[in-house]
Amino acid sequence: MTDTAHTPPARTPTPHYVNDAPWDPYVSEKLTAEQEKYYMAGQWKLMWWRFRRHRPAVVSALFLAFIYFTTIISEWVAPYDLQTRNIKYIFAPPQGVHLFHDGKFVGPFVYELMITRDMDTLQRVYKPDTTKPQPLRFFCSGDKYEFWNLVNGSFHFVCPAEGGTFFLAGTDRLGRDMFSRIVYAARISLTIGLIGIALSFTLALILGGLAGYYGGWVDLVVQRLTEILKSFPHLPLWLALSAALPVTWSPLLIYFGITLILALLDWPSLGRAVRGKLLSLREEDYAAAALMMGATPARIIGRHLLPGFMSHLIASATLSIPSMILAETALSFLGLGLRPPITSWGVLLNEATDINVVAVNWWLMLPVAPVILVILAYQFLGDGMRDAADPYA
Amino acid sequence: MLQYVVRRLLLMIPTLFVISFLVYFIIDLPPGDCVTSQIDELVARGEPDALKRAEELRHLYGLDHPLMHRYLSWVAGVFRWDFGLSCQDTVPVKDLIGERIALTMIMEAATIAFIWIVSFVIGVYAATHQYKLGDYVASFFGFIGLAVPNFLLALVLLYVGKVYFGLSIGGLMDAQYLEKSMSWDKAVSILQHLIIPVIVIGTSGTAGMIRRLRANLLDELQKQYVVTGRAKGLSEFRLLVKYPLRHAINPFVSDIGHLIPEVISGSVIVSVVLSLPTTGPMLLGALKTQDVNLAATFLLLVAVLTVIGMLVSDLLLAALDPRIRFGAAGEK
Repeated sequence: MTDTAHTPPARTPTPHYVNDAPWDPYVSEKLTAEQEKYYMAGQWKLMWWRFRRHRPAVVSALFLAFIYFTTIISEWVAPYDLQTRNIKYIFAPPQGVHLFHDGKFVGPFVYELMITRDMDTLQRVYKPDTTKPQPLRFFCSGDKYEFWNLVNGSFHFVCPAEGGTFFLAGTDRLGRDMFSRIVYAARISLTIGLIGIALSFTLALILGGLAGYYGGWVDLVVQRLTEILKSFPHLPLWLALSAALPVTWSPLLIYFGITLILALLDWPSLGRAVRGKLLSLREEDYAAAALMMGATPARIIGRHLLPGFMSHLIASATLSIPSMILAETALSFLGLGLRPPITSWGVLLNEATDINVVAVNWWLMLPVAPVILVILAYQFLGDGMRDAADPYA
Repeated sequence: MLQYVVRRLLLMIPTLFVISFLVYFIIDLPPGDCVTSQIDELVARGEPDALKRAEELRHLYGLDHPLMHRYLSWVAGVFRWDFGLSCQDTVPVKDLIGERIALTMIMEAATIAFIWIVSFVIGVYAATHQYKLGDYVASFFGFIGLAVPNFLLALVLLYVGKVYFGLSIGGLMDAQYLEKSMSWDKAVSILQHLIIPVIVIGTSGTAGMIRRLRANLLDELQKQYVVTGRAKGLSEFRLLVKYPLRHAINPFVSDIGHLIPEVISGSVIVSVVLSLPTTGPMLLGALKTQDVNLAATFLLLVAVLTVIGMLVSDLLLAALDPRIRFGAAGEK
């Protein structure tokens, strides 16, 4: 028997809706404009973004760029020439720059230096004569120089008043302006790091590359060599090598000799990094593919393997620039590095070896300041670059 | 294990030969020899038989032989504990350097001890107080310590000591003990004078070690066994000391390999700045006057010290860490 009352009432069909619009299979993966920008960016762009986030590194990079820029135009920045001797003013203390004289604004000026002699110690005593302001001149013509030893000129950003003096950082035992000398010395001290690192980078790429790619006895020899070089204290070796540079060489040759010496002992750590990376990368399929297609080892290394870890290498190279600058400073400080007339910060500091002289003339220590600032800046920059080197981490 | 030690010891021999030959060769490289400068002086003074004297001196020092001959006879001498004559005062090198080497080794050992103790205390503190004030202060000083080169630090300290405190920091002992034999007072005096150079040489090493210890300890402290221990109710001190610290302390031993060359380099230049009676100033002088025997002996001793130091550090590491003992130690 059928009882209609027990069966559910006949349902009206559920109304359903079909979208006629064409279906987009990627709808759930739709990126916002921001995400799109991020996901589609190239490797170098990602690195740049990440580097930008590292504030100290960015500030350091700007600082270094500024300093390196001034080395291009040292002649304009320095108020005096490198070798100008102000015979009247030997061991003159730094002159302060003032703005107001007698309560009136007169622009930047220094007070004239009065020289008297202490009759007990027979030392010269310098005192600013506060009645005689000497306004500084700007964009002026002053000491003559040869711009990069090529073009004669006499343009400076700032010069002392006519017949006046402007020793921002005092003078040394020959009456040469320390500030100008520090500015000029930056040219040598800063380039020695760059040239040195370029040399050691090349050495590391070649030797580390050979060892990592070929393995076998090449690897063994290079490994032993790096081990010896890494385990031996660098400073005594540097001393021995730079003492071996002939005295008869011209200062410029010595400059390149010292750079080469620094590079010769610096490459092992970079070379090790190259070797390690190559050892692991050469087993990858794409390296094998390139080999099968008949690529030469040079092409496989240079075209397929190196780009994979170039950013790491650049970051670690940056981190070893400061040690180069320091090594040069230390060698010159000890009197075994660069020789005058080539002037670096270390050569300047060589004058500060006698603590009794320095105790009286403290400004001889001032070249310490740029050394420390540049080293710190490179450290921060290197840290930032190392963080940025692996943008997918 | 024994096999490993023997292999390392055997490997040391060619290494030392290569280093000593390179060093000897490099020092001898520039034209002229150590007699030249002495004779130039005599000639300048108008001494009539200067050239004859030069011949005598050259013969005395064996400089009339070719380089290879001199090197081999020097090496042969080294095995008999005879390092040849120093050029400066015609004194055997052995007599010149005895005390200096001892003082240098004391100084370097003290520096390494300083680095260990200070970085242990500060590193552990910084890791257990992460992102607190003390951590930031430690990191800040660590960074400065890494960046400021030690000879500049020595220069600045020397200046500050001289001008503000009237101290002369130079030297390793008070003047009255200079020629005396070792006594209790002299030892105390040496210890007092050691403080400044040890701090100066040790700063950069300490800074690096603090960074590594802090990073390692932080890694360990985040592991699950620490959480388990804490859940079981272990005291914080025991929780720290029982396992994480033992793991994190590895770099103290494994980094000796980097530390020793660094400390030796630092001690050379710092002792020149502070004019300490250690090997630094004498090495510099020997290199400048081409006193080959003296300089080569110094450098050889430095090399021996480093090589032995590295071996000891590897052995210690293997003894401390079973993972290394049975694994990678042989390949390192």
